[in-house]
Amino acid sequence: MLILSDVLILAAVLFCISVAGIFINRKNVIILLMCIELMLLSVNLNFIAFAHFLGDIAGQVFVFFILTVAAAESAIGLAILVVVFRNRSTINVSDLDTMRG
Amino acid sequence: MIVQAIFYFFAAVLVLSAALVITVRNPVHAALFLVLAFFSSAAIWLLLEAEFLAIALVLVYVGAVMVLFLFVVMMLDINLAPLREGFARYLPLGIAVALLMAVAMGLVVASGYFDARFPPRAGEAGPAASNTLELGHAMYTDFLYPFEIAGAILLVAIIAAIALTMRKPRTLKTPRPEKQIVARREERVRLVKMEAEKR
Repeated sequence: MLILSDVLILAAVLFCISVAGIFINRKNVIILLMCIELMLLSVNLNFIAFAHFLGDIAGQVFVFFILTVAAAESAIGLAILVVVFRNRSTINVSDLDTMRG
Repeated sequence: MIVQAIFYFFAAVLVLSAALVITVRNPVHAALFLVLAFFSSAAIWLLLEAEFLAIALVLVYVGAVMVLFLFVVMMLDINLAPLREGFARYLPLGIAVALLMAVAMGLVVASGYFDARFPPRAGEAGPAASNTLELGHAMYTDFLYPFEIAGAILLVAIIAAIALTMRKPRTLKTPRPEKQIVARREERVRLVKMEAEKR
């Protein structure tokens, strides 16, 4: 029998792994996008766990919308990545300093 | 018991593949491990009786988004060496922050509050229950307006991605009709008188 805190701890561990991934891969935009996908996955896991244990379908509807927005986000993010690589020939974050940020 | 064993197996695969996503050197391998993470979390979603979303995760994410990732990773000619610098330097900081967050969230989640409030449910829906039917009912009645907005967001994403990556063909020589119709014969044709060469 599954209990709720098992799933919540799994989602928390997954979220922490992706936060650590953003810290240690701060030069590579592709890995950063993948870490964002992992974060969204852990949030979705939380939503589905609560939808199951509360017996409320609204959580699954939210997961559907999150999947939609995440797909749009990754498509636009990869398009921006392609344009940046075409113009600068690099995707290193530390080289993208035109605006002195 | 068997459900718990399956859950722990897929949870272990999920955590392991997520850890490999952020640590492997090659972005192609990272994308493939991310596919494995999506598959194992789809299995966990099946255990949590979210069948439609589990299939949608595999179809939409593994089938479309991850293929897009792999496509971009393989298309770009990336020099990997400068992207890895700072990996060892930021590794302790990343692990420290992740551990701190994990402990903080674990203290809240593992306190037993949630388990006492929401006891385990299994088999209440019965084998005849259709998750897709239930989700469709909710989506087309209560959440109809957000559903339409989601469709609009996808349309905007399509247009934005095409507009971003479409490049103007600067080197292409295309005819200019407005210049062609105003052209006169006198501007283009010049008759030259010259002697015939002797053979």
